[in-house]
Amino acid sequence: MNTKGTYKPGANAVAQNGWLAANKWLIARRLAQFGFIGLFLIGPISLWVLNLQDQPTKGIWIVKGTLASSITLDFLPLTDPFIALQTFVAGHILESTALTGVAIVVAAYALLGGRTYCSWVCPINVVTDTAHWLRQKLGLEGGAKHSRKSRYWIMTAALAASAVTGSVAWELINPITILSRGILFGAGFAWFIVLAVFLYDLFAARRGWCSHLCPVGAFYSLIGHVALLRVSAVKRADCNNCMDCFAVCPEAHVISPVLRGAETGTGPLILSPNCTNCGRCIDVCAPDVFKFTTRFNNTTTERSETSCNTPQAPREAA
Amino acid sequence: MTISRRDFIKTQAAIAAATAAGTTLPNIKNADAATDDIRWDKGACRFCGTGCGVLVGTKNGRVVATQGDPDAPVNKGLNCIKGYFLSKIMYGKDRLTKPLLRGTGGKFDKASKEFSEISWDQAFDIMAEKWKAAIDPEAPEGATKVGMFGSGQWTVWEGYAASKFMKAGLRSNNIDPNARHCMASAVGAFMRAFGIDEPMGCYDDLEHADAFVLWGANMAEMHPILWSRLTNTRLTKEGCEVHVLSTFEHRSFELADNGMVFTPQTDLAILNYIANYIIQNKAYNTDFIGKHVNFTKTVTDIGYGLRPDHPLETAKKGSGGALTKISFEEYAASVAEYTLEKAVELSGVPADKLERLAKLYADPTKKISSYWTMGFNQHTRGVWVNGLLYNVHLLTGKISEPGNSPFSLTGQPSACGTAREVGTFAHRLPADLVVMNEQHRAAAEKIWKVPVGVIPAKPGYHAVLQNRMLKDGKLNAYWVQCTNNMQAAANMNEESYPGYRNPKNFIVVSDPYPTVTAMAADLILPTAMWMEKEGAYGNAERRTQFWRQQVDGPGESKSDVWQVVEFSKRFKLADVWPQAVIAASGYSADKSLYEVLYANGQVDKFGLDQLQKGFNNSESKDFGFYLQKGLFEEYRRFQFEGPKPGHEMAEFEVYHQARGLRWPVIDGKETLWRFREGYDPHVKKGEEVKFYGKPDGKANIIFAPYEPAAESPDNEYDLWLSTGRVLEHWHSGSMTQRVPELHRAYPSAQIFMHPDDADSRGLRRGDEVKVITRRGEVLTRVETRGRNKPPKGLIFMPWFDAGQLTNKLTLDATDPLSKETDYKKCACKVVKA
Amino acid sequence: MTDTRPTHAKGVNRRKFLADTTRIACGACVAGIGLGLYSKQAQSLPANALRPPGALPEEEFLAACVRCGLCVRDCPYNTLKLSEFNGAGATGTPYFVARDVPCEMCEDIPCVPACPTGALDPKLTRIDDARMGLAVLVDQETCIAFQGLRCEVCYRVCPALDKAISLERSANIRTGKHALFIPVVHSDFCTGCGKCERACILEDAAIKVIPLQLAKGQLGTHYRLGWKEKEQHGLAVEGIIDLPDRMPEAVQ
Repeated sequence: MNTKGTYKPGANAVAQNGWLAANKWLIARRLAQFGFIGLFLIGPISLWVLNLQDQPTKGIWIVKGTLASSITLDFLPLTDPFIALQTFVAGHILESTALTGVAIVVAAYALLGGRTYCSWVCPINVVTDTAHWLRQKLGLEGGAKHSRKSRYWIMTAALAASAVTGSVAWELINPITILSRGILFGAGFAWFIVLAVFLYDLFAARRGWCSHLCPVGAFYSLIGHVALLRVSAVKRADCNNCMDCFAVCPEAHVISPVLRGAETGTGPLILSPNCTNCGRCIDVCAPDVFKFTTRFNNTTTERSETSCNTPQAPREAA
Repeated sequence: MTISRRDFIKTQAAIAAATAAGTTLPNIKNADAATDDIRWDKGACRFCGTGCGVLVGTKNGRVVATQGDPDAPVNKGLNCIKGYFLSKIMYGKDRLTKPLLRGTGGKFDKASKEFSEISWDQAFDIMAEKWKAAIDPEAPEGATKVGMFGSGQWTVWEGYAASKFMKAGLRSNNIDPNARHCMASAVGAFMRAFGIDEPMGCYDDLEHADAFVLWGANMAEMHPILWSRLTNTRLTKEGCEVHVLSTFEHRSFELADNGMVFTPQTDLAILNYIANYIIQNKAYNTDFIGKHVNFTKTVTDIGYGLRPDHPLETAKKGSGGALTKISFEEYAASVAEYTLEKAVELSGVPADKLERLAKLYADPTKKISSYWTMGFNQHTRGVWVNGLLYNVHLLTGKISEPGNSPFSLTGQPSACGTAREVGTFAHRLPADLVVMNEQHRAAAEKIWKVPVGVIPAKPGYHAVLQNRMLKDGKLNAYWVQCTNNMQAAANMNEESYPGYRNPKNFIVVSDPYPTVTAMAADLILPTAMWMEKEGAYGNAERRTQFWRQQVDGPGESKSDVWQVVEFSKRFKLADVWPQAVIAASGYSADKSLYEVLYANGQVDKFGLDQLQKGFNNSESKDFGFYLQKGLFEEYRRFQFEGPKPGHEMAEFEVYHQARGLRWPVIDGKETLWRFREGYDPHVKKGEEVKFYGKPDGKANIIFAPYEPAAESPDNEYDLWLSTGRVLEHWHSGSMTQRVPELHRAYPSAQIFMHPDDADSRGLRRGDEVKVITRRGEVLTRVETRGRNKPPKGLIFMPWFDAGQLTNKLTLDATDPLSKETDYKKCACKVVKA
Repeated sequence: MTDTRPTHAKGVNRRKFLADTTRIACGACVAGIGLGLYSKQAQSLPANALRPPGALPEEEFLAACVRCGLCVRDCPYNTLKLSEFNGAGATGTPYFVARDVPCEMCEDIPCVPACPTGALDPKLTRIDDARMGLAVLVDQETCIAFQGLRCEVCYRVCPALDKAISLERSANIRTGKHALFIPVVHSDFCTGCGKCERACILEDAAIKVIPLQLAKGQLGTHYRLGWKEKEQHGLAVEGIIDLPDRMPEAVQ
């Protein structure tokens, strides 16, 4: 059966639980992603609204700076740990403000899951999710297949480049900060980088950037090894093999070990640091197999009595 | 009122910003490169009273370049930064090209915030209607409700034509120039001391003097080219000294051998101390004072020229400027109380510095030139303080010879040539005549071919009084030409703006640009400026310079002289003169003022065939005769036939050939030093020195004491506020702020403040602050570094910036004698914005 | 995926793993070298782009700056900009172009404490100690002050006037009666704020602020200026005598 352009992952969930419930985490993530940029944007917008462009330090500022480093309410510093690490290998010892910022960020993501950054904060995620959605919509297939490990190598290369050149090397081309600076400070060339990532994900490689190449995501994966917050296939017994979760998961390889884990004796908890805690699998799963929990809760529940799903034939992943 | 004022100021600030933000005109550079097809002709700089000669390059009907005239004696090819950009001043993006009437659809509406384009005919129609409504030909003399405010930037004939139109035509002496704000005190002192206006010396003194003393003049910024000459003498002449006095340290202090910062108003005491020193040390020139000087004293405690109900006015004991003759001994006794100790105590200047200055004046071997500008003139005792300096020069006989010169510098290109010489003041007539003098009026009436009694005998409203009368509704039809008085006049909130917007009044403003003043008017007339008309200016050293019309004005813009002469066509004698006067004149009551004043067989006697070959002359071609020549030649008759000789000028054509000539021009020769035998043709052989402006040929030494300023700092308003200029911008900035480079060089005004004063108010350099006086407040920024270094207790603020109207702060206290406002002293406070 | 027979799977997988890893490592190496080379080229700062006050020397600065833009946010005059991708200097780093918006030399230097990383040195507390560059009067041929015109705009806008820029006066030999007022920059006091360059009224500024290392010469250590040594340290050699000159009595 040719399903090009018609396959809609989550259609069953929508039918069964309603559109809102079947998209709740996606909506929450988008709100968060735009919300974070929005917090940064309040300042510049207030200048524009209050006609204070000539006095840029006035206006209403909640968060200043960018995702690289910011200060909230002139009190809370936050600094990107990967950039901080690059400054370190480049030979600079950060001042205490930035060190505090790094500590807070690392602690937060160690709790929440490192790659929670990718799916809940990073603005490039919106770009690559859109590319992926469009790719599916247009039924585009094929393209380059990189190893998911590439990102670690690129991360290492970026650190090496930083060390050798004595500068924060990845920041020269980092689409995340280029985009966020572009939005917050105005930009021309920034959009080319963003467009490049978009086109790459659309035509060149499925989930190419965020799930294969991005060294920032790789670094957050490392932080996420010990993360507390986890997705668990709690009711994997209810799985009807619709494969929707595989279709929507940006890091699909993290699902199968736990979903099929009953056979191998693996617990239902997704412990892979690559999981971005996006919650999309929860959204699209009509039988409600997945849910957010902590890493200490590695238990499953029995097949739900109320489930009225008839098992479907496994579908080949797109 | 409040809302419309704010709107108006906002609009103005926006205009200023928009016009200044433009970039360099690209085609000028290219045109400059191809020098071949540029036509060059001589002209005079549009800005200050220095009178630099420039050559103006035109191409395709546009002034594309200028150069300093390499052979002009004043500047030898040099210019200051403003002169460097002369070619751009006419091409601001917001030049006015059509008459604009307040209201929509060409219908006048005093309350409207908008202007609509109308034709010149419609403009003159509504003007004539308003003027005629304000004129009652049979009203008692002096009850006139029409007025005019003119300019030291008018060309000679523009001022002359306007003065004649007002005084002989509309029979109103309510005409005054902006020079009232700048030169009136100097004029008053010249008349009191010498009986004739304008300096006895010339710029050559800058090379002849052994020492220079600056009294309230920052020549380094305000007279850049003269400062360059002074500096050269200081550098190249052995033993040359420069003494600089001011209420704050400015750029001229950089060259000073003896720089003195004194407490405002105490220049009166310092000068009396110097006179005392000279007398105590018998350094006076007995022979000179015996032969050429009378000793007098002036009435004291004369108030501060405020409105009559002001407490300072009701408290005063004296009034006016009557002089009483005294003996030398009485004079010596009067100044005796001004000891060094007293001068130090009042002025705050260290004793050794004051003594060094006094010794310099007393030294018989030193030739001294003293210079002053607004520090002396904008002074509630401006006439006095001018006179006190003449006292010092007269006591020592250091006057009227090369190098020995008390010299009043002027701020406008034709403050002398126009405002003063052709009599545009409310009390003056051409060539030093005054309306109060019957003989003078008769002479003017005869030359002007109008009946006796046409010119009112009572002086009209002077500049400050005009604004007060507008506010009070007693001056109802008012025409401002060639000046930006809303920005320039003191106490804008309380006096200037309410008068312009008083519903009883109709205000017309002629200007090339939408200035603050124009935006407050009811009718704006687009004006051709500088090289868009044939013109003449007279600089501070009595040098009259002509130029030919190089280009045509943009759109429908017309020169000021065209506007006045054309408007005169709208009046019949019956509209303006009493029946009895008309009957006495022999003119028909139907005759127009144009026919009586301009097409009178005298002004119109030179035909178009005499126009400058190869150059347009828009006005003359319109009227059918060589208007400028006719006006100038009629004006010259005052110099030769009037009761006050000493102002003789050469014939019209000579000035078009020469680089400018210093009057009196007699027997084809210029006069460099007046009142001295050999230099001045009016001093006969054997007379040595003769101050022929006075009947007995003697100058007056006039004792005047120290009296305090009108408003001094107190607990609440704890700082002196002094206002002034910067080199980059000229006056209200209506021209220089439209030159992008000059705007960039000094974009907005700021207050200069002592770092300790800033500290004690919790202010940092660059902070936004409010400057507040009893009359208003202005938002600006603090500068604690840079070119001006005020002492503790004083701030300085330039007034060029239309976005920061400094004159909302100033007090309209004036010298009761000269009626000139003191812009240098009032009390203010500064708080963080 | 092609179906592989389980018996061969292990060996094939190992081979594939090694091949993949090598490929990725090589790719990453190429990417790293490319990035390094690009960084060399992309980070070279144009001479007219100046760093904020307190910026560490350029090499250290590039290691320290995290490109967060906080200094830009705390600049009250819109002076600082962030370099764009492919723009002036390293992407995202702060700079200003004096001709566009110069540094106003705030007393409290708000951009410096705003910096979380120390790329702007927190030890800079007096703005006069900042060295953002050095003003150099690069073109004496077009500077109109050298022609005797009264400009000296650069001098009068200088926040450290008479120290960082002074006027050297001399006679104007051409006119015979005017003086020249020549602006002279003194590196001991010039902070490189760029107010002079901004204000220069020429179409292209004759005075420009350029990075210190480009602007400064260096006197050889083998030579001392005698009169300056004497001024600073007194006589270098003591006890040298001078004999009186023989003169006719009349002259004495």
